[in-house]
Amino acid sequence: MSDAAAETLESGPRRRRVRKGVRRGVPLPLLLPALLGLAFLLLPLVALLVRAPWSTLPDQLTSTEVWQALRLSLLCATAATAASLVIGVPLAWLLARTDFPGRGFVRALVTLPLVLPPVVGGVALLLALGRNGIVGQWLDSWFGITLPFTTTGVIVAETFVAMPFLVISVEGTLRAADPRYEEAATTLGASRFTAFRRVTLPLIAPGIAAGAVLAWARALGEFGATITFAGNFPGRTQTMPLAVYLALQNNPEAAIALSLVLLAVSITVLAALRERWVSPA
Amino acid sequence: MTRSARRTRRTLQAAGVGAAALLALSACSSGSHSDSTKSDSSASTSSSPKLSGTITVFAAASLQESFSTLGKEFEKQHPGTKVTFSFGGSDSLAAGITGGAPADVFAAASPKTMAIVTDKGDGVGTPATFVRNQLEIATLPGNPDKVASLKDLTKSSLKVVLCDKTVPCGAAAQKALDAGKLKLTPVSYEQDVKSALNKVVLKEADAAVVYRTDVKAAGGKVEGVDFPESADAINDYPITLLKDAPNAAGAKAFVALVQSAEGQKVLTEAGFLKP
Repeated sequence: MSDAAAETLESGPRRRRVRKGVRRGVPLPLLLPALLGLAFLLLPLVALLVRAPWSTLPDQLTSTEVWQALRLSLLCATAATAASLVIGVPLAWLLARTDFPGRGFVRALVTLPLVLPPVVGGVALLLALGRNGIVGQWLDSWFGITLPFTTTGVIVAETFVAMPFLVISVEGTLRAADPRYEEAATTLGASRFTAFRRVTLPLIAPGIAAGAVLAWARALGEFGATITFAGNFPGRTQTMPLAVYLALQNNPEAAIALSLVLLAVSITVLAALRERWVSPA
Repeated sequence: MTRSARRTRRTLQAAGVGAAALLALSACSSGSHSDSTKSDSSASTSSSPKLSGTITVFAAASLQESFSTLGKEFEKQHPGTKVTFSFGGSDSLAAGITGGAPADVFAAASPKTMAIVTDKGDGVGTPATFVRNQLEIATLPGNPDKVASLKDLTKSSLKVVLCDKTVPCGAAAQKALDAGKLKLTPVSYEQDVKSALNKVVLKEADAAVVYRTDVKAAGGKVEGVDFPESADAINDYPITLLKDAPNAAGAKAFVALVQSAEGQKVLTEAGFLKP
């Protein structure tokens, strides 16, 4: 509460200063690269819209394969986000609120999938959870579970790639949140878990939401790990990005049409995120 | 007053950085330009061309081993040259070329994918068939599932991967299945032949329909099973020079090496059939 009040007090003079800067004009060495950067980011999207086969678009998008792929993509991305929430939020809490030796190292490991090429991630998943993988062979012989070439495999691959986004986002929010509220709760007799459930979770809910949206968007666009770990079979493991990639090879128009669908979904997600991005964190 | 002076100086500094960056960029582009003209002129002036520079070859994934060998051979024969390869599914390579990727030579695994390039007028002359390739079943080492025919793959207990129908090996597999009047539901349609093979190498799939050359290249990691229907689905491999080749002379020499007796020897040793 007091933080928010301090912010409003601060934002007054700050905003005035910014307005003065605008009156003086934006310095050209900043404006030119900024505009170039904007154009660079927007141009490919514009090209996609310009070259889109608008006349045949309805036909392209009503084929069952497209809807199959889209439905599978949405389903798997949502399931991957749910899985990330269940195991990612506790992991973020562990990283932000406890102190154990090598925590910085563990934190770096958690972010590894962010920088790992997704195809490498897919191979690593095969070696770990594949039918012949170090854990996967036990899953297979004890429970008869094999993950590659299944929809569950897609969810596993997407979770692997998307969860770090959620963990990083939630951990950042946790670090920014005041731990004294939790301490107060435990002083008043709440267990640490109750404090987490009743105090921490509501406190960091916006951070969790933002992290979940980011993870969902990342999972939706996931290609490399999915095609490597789960293969490509229409209706079972062929998500939208896989369909786009394969359509590009013999029917570029269909690929553009599919890309437009993904673009529309991404824009919707961005619009949902806007609230958070416009207001300063 | 002082503040505005400082601001001006900063602006100038930033402008200077920008100008330096522009200079660097233009230097870069002029450098590469002079490079390419040099190799062109030297090739056209002398009667026995002294080849130089980089030759970029886009080749089907199944050519990886033999073309890599030939590339090293070429660099040995023509010191100062460098052959770089981009191996992948023939269709995505073709899409890359029609999309403007700077390549000198394109070797496809099927006439159909080659046609994507030649139909757009991106090739030079008529593509020449330089090898042919036959399909084979790749099974786990020792063939534990006792696969003896294409029909055995249709058993539901087996995990089989095929290439996607858009890639030549997938189209050929479909042709062979049609010839045997068989219906096969794989667990995955892979994006190129090497991905299909690797699923068996990693023991994730029990069998894959790939090229004979891929089975050979995998060594003992998979076991090959011949099947008669493969005779109906033999792929011709065409090769062509590309119209916008940055290094046309080098490209011509590389294609000549591929078609020479020496090149054919490397290719047949890898399991390819003569054209």
